Amino acid sequence: MDFLNAFVALSNFVLIPGIAYGSQLALGALGVTLIYGILRFSNFAHGDTMAFGTMVTILFTWLFQSWGISAGPLPTALLALPIGIVFTMALVVVTDRAVFKFYREQKAKPVVFVMVSLGVMFMMNGLVRFIIGPGDQRFGDGERFIIKARAFKNMTGLDEGLAIKTSQGITVITAIIVVALLFWFLNKTRTGKSMRAYSDNEDLALLSGINPERVVIITWLIVAALATIAGTLYGLDKSFKPFTYFQLLLPIFAAAIVGGLGSPLGAIAGGFVIAMSEVMITYAWKKVGGYILPESLAPDGLAQLLSTDYKFAVSFAILVIVLLFKPTGIFKGKAV
Amino acid sequence: MSEPFLIGDSMTGGYGKGPDILHDCTIAVNSGEIAVIVGPNGAGKSTGMKAVFGMLNVRSGAVRLAGEDITHLSPQERVVKGMGFVPQTSNIFTSMTVEENLEMGAFIRTDDFSDTMEQVYHLFPILKDKRYQAAGELSGGQRQQVAVGRALMTKPKVLMLDEPTAGVSPIVMDELFDRIIEVARTGLPILMVEQNAKQALEIADKGYVLVQGANAYTGTGQELLADPEVRKSFLGG
Amino acid sequence: MSDTLKHTLLFVGVGLLLVLEGTTTAFGVFSGSWNSSLTILNMGLISAIMALGVNLQWGFAGLFNVGIMGFTALGGLAVVLTSMSPTPGAWEAGGQQILLALVLGAATIGLAILAYQKMTAGLARTAAMLAILIVGFVIYRAVLDPGVEAVEGINAALEGNIGGLGLPVLMAWPLGGLLAAGVAWLIGKTALGLRSDYLAIATLGIAEIIIAVLKNEDWLSRGVKNVVGLPRPLPYEVDLQADPAFVEKAASWGLDATTASTIYVKLGYSALFAIVLLVLLWMAQMALKSPWGRMMRAIRDNEVAANAMGKHVTRRHLQIFILGSAICGVAGAMMTTLDSQLTPGTYNPLRFTFLIWVMVIVGGSGNNFGAVLGGLLVWFLWIKVEPLGVLVIEMITSGMAEDSGLRAHLLESAAHMRLFTMGLILLLVLRFSPRGLIPEK
Repeated sequence: MDFLNAFVALSNFVLIPGIAYGSQLALGALGVTLIYGILRFSNFAHGDTMAFGTMVTILFTWLFQSWGISAGPLPTALLALPIGIVFTMALVVVTDRAVFKFYREQKAKPVVFVMVSLGVMFMMNGLVRFIIGPGDQRFGDGERFIIKARAFKNMTGLDEGLAIKTSQGITVITAIIVVALLFWFLNKTRTGKSMRAYSDNEDLALLSGINPERVVIITWLIVAALATIAGTLYGLDKSFKPFTYFQLLLPIFAAAIVGGLGSPLGAIAGGFVIAMSEVMITYAWKKVGGYILPESLAPDGLAQLLSTDYKFAVSFAILVIVLLFKPTGIFKGKAV
Repeated sequence: MSEPFLIGDSMTGGYGKGPDILHDCTIAVNSGEIAVIVGPNGAGKSTGMKAVFGMLNVRSGAVRLAGEDITHLSPQERVVKGMGFVPQTSNIFTSMTVEENLEMGAFIRTDDFSDTMEQVYHLFPILKDKRYQAAGELSGGQRQQVAVGRALMTKPKVLMLDEPTAGVSPIVMDELFDRIIEVARTGLPILMVEQNAKQALEIADKGYVLVQGANAYTGTGQELLADPEVRKSFLGG
Repeated sequence: MSDTLKHTLLFVGVGLLLVLEGTTTAFGVFSGSWNSSLTILNMGLISAIMALGVNLQWGFAGLFNVGIMGFTALGGLAVVLTSMSPTPGAWEAGGQQILLALVLGAATIGLAILAYQKMTAGLARTAAMLAILIVGFVIYRAVLDPGVEAVEGINAALEGNIGGLGLPVLMAWPLGGLLAAGVAWLIGKTALGLRSDYLAIATLGIAEIIIAVLKNEDWLSRGVKNVVGLPRPLPYEVDLQADPAFVEKAASWGLDATTASTIYVKLGYSALFAIVLLVLLWMAQMALKSPWGRMMRAIRDNEVAANAMGKHVTRRHLQIFILGSAICGVAGAMMTTLDSQLTPGTYNPLRFTFLIWVMVIVGGSGNNFGAVLGGLLVWFLWIKVEPLGVLVIEMITSGMAEDSGLRAHLLESAAHMRLFTMGLILLLVLRFSPRGLIPEK
């Protein structure tokens, strides 16, 4: 019984939040890794692209709510999500035409691209703050929980309750669908294969008659969709704040690098590695320990390895370890 | 003598705005023949071939394919015109399977290319066995077969190979030459650059010896092999 | 027009902007206050020093450091640790214990590294390293936690930190540089020699962590409770106002004592900062012209060739990365001294990292004078874009009804135009004048 209680507590506070957060990071890291694979630079504007997409989704969610449209038990934001994606696609394509294309034609060094993406980051950040303000926004509605802690306790008779938030369920299901679609696209369609070919060997792709500009635009469109979905899911699960999204850059980059920059599979693995480590290292294990350890060994403190304020330190530490021992990441990425 | 199928006629030029590397250099290949470009290191062998393929700034002279002037076409446009090119290095998509490599070779084709793929598999049976393996995991010789197979997927009218045997063992080299002869037997003209001058000239209908970006000796493969000057200078006696 | 003349004029232009700020309220942008003008100048000088440090890394060596905020904050921490007087009893209560814990922590990592180097690769080594790290961490926390608790318990409302060494505050400036250099060494050892993007990401991360430490380690920096009342190298305004000689002097200039005292103090800071800037600028110029500087640029322009010529590219990069970061640390210490308080909650990467980058790029990467110009000019713009934005929005919305919600929202949001404008400036300069206002020679 104690063991079951411990497992439920673990699921409730570590596994489920970790899986949801991991899915969000994985979607974010997929965007970073695709840009890296195709356009060959680390896009510092990715966090703000996520913020922009989420912002548009939020604005349309509010509009729908004011019209009285809702998705029943599901959050209205899911209805607004496609609109957010379209707007973000428009934004990144315009950005690419107006900014990045020039440097592509110049064959500029990657570091110049990174610098340019900083400028884009600034502008997107300013734009988002200008439209929606720098504050915290909550936009989730519908049923808050799939399983409530009390209902779970009554059902199972355990002391520990298990609560699964709707946002967590939606995150995981959406992430699975999106990743499945993405991998189907990359591995089975002609366009997807041409993207992989371009990422693998640009010159040979050109020789094979693959149109680089088309590959680039399709990449941006996919990245816009991924960023908006990742951002909206994160916002539903926690809350939306422009600065938080900018800060997500670090765990997202860490996930992409840990997995191997340029490798989509690696981005997903990296997302979960980072998210799980973050949650596990900042979780107070007292409760779980109290169930499974004998009385005499039960921790008297919180048994928390690091305070939650240091969650960035966790991403960073993992990043450093990977850079030191295996710079190409778990799944061999492109960069050294 | 009628015009060869593909000819780079009196080409002079270099990379971008750089100095001229080729000087009045002529390279040609006739229908159904194998033409080989040989010469010492730095003689401009690969450069000559790249000029024919449009990767060089040709300042004077012309490139004609089946009588049509293609001097000002980009490499991509030349692929559409029917030229297949296998670069010396990075000539496969290492992270993709053998079959996907061939599919990418056929990217510009909108028709059904499954028979072409069968033909390639027929020419290179080993590729059929490894069709679902990542091309980067194959051996050097097998990679070259993938590279040639990829170029064949566009059903080119002429195939250009840049040092196909670079860096492979002598046994694999012999096998590769056999394969190339087999490809040529299907009626496809082949223009190739080779380090291993002796073996290459043995299978060549036509040979070009380049020195310092200019034609030094030209003749059939047998003629060049028999030429004492060529033997002394380039074939090691 | 010769280059020298053009560049001089650019500096004169920035000076003119500051003079206008001090003298006129015309155009609705300038405030006509010398106090405001000197405030901008002082932060501009500090920004110029940061830009100089970043330019050393980027302009000389092509290193992409996006952790400037962290090095700046370390400089700020150095001010607290150097100049505050020690909190009575803190050292005995827990300070020694904390120090012991930190030593133990460092020893743990050292031992793990030793195990990594001495043992042969394999399961045993991984297990040994893990064991060392886990046991070390438990011991570290066991020693650290009570110490921290004891220190934070001392007079928590006002102190609750270990305080500092009670040294003169100016000593904190070089020490801030040293602290930043130490951290830069750690980062450089890890990320230099890898792809350029990795250094960017690693520095971005370390900056966030440094800020997190400052925010949460109350025993060290009082966290978000801020350390206020840091000692100043210059007299306090109230003391000047109470000094009859000063009041008399001010009156003879036709100034009231309050204005005179604030301007006097600000000018004092300007002079101090200008001296530091000039010294660093001179050193940077000497370095640029020295064989070392030439080698740096040779490496930047062609790493492969430099490597082939037997230059230790990574080691050279490490040197310059440490130097540049140290300069940012000095500037950070100067800034905290100017504010006389350390407020970890206000460090924001957009302001402390990316704005510095805009300065370097706009000024002219690879040219020290360019970096200084960029620092002064962009800082002025950063301050002035906000009133300018409000002005523009007011103009655009003047046709709208007074109580229009959109108008109110636009006016309220005008402040965020800052980031947008800075991004735009960066992109425009990168696109149309990538070498900046004063290009590299």
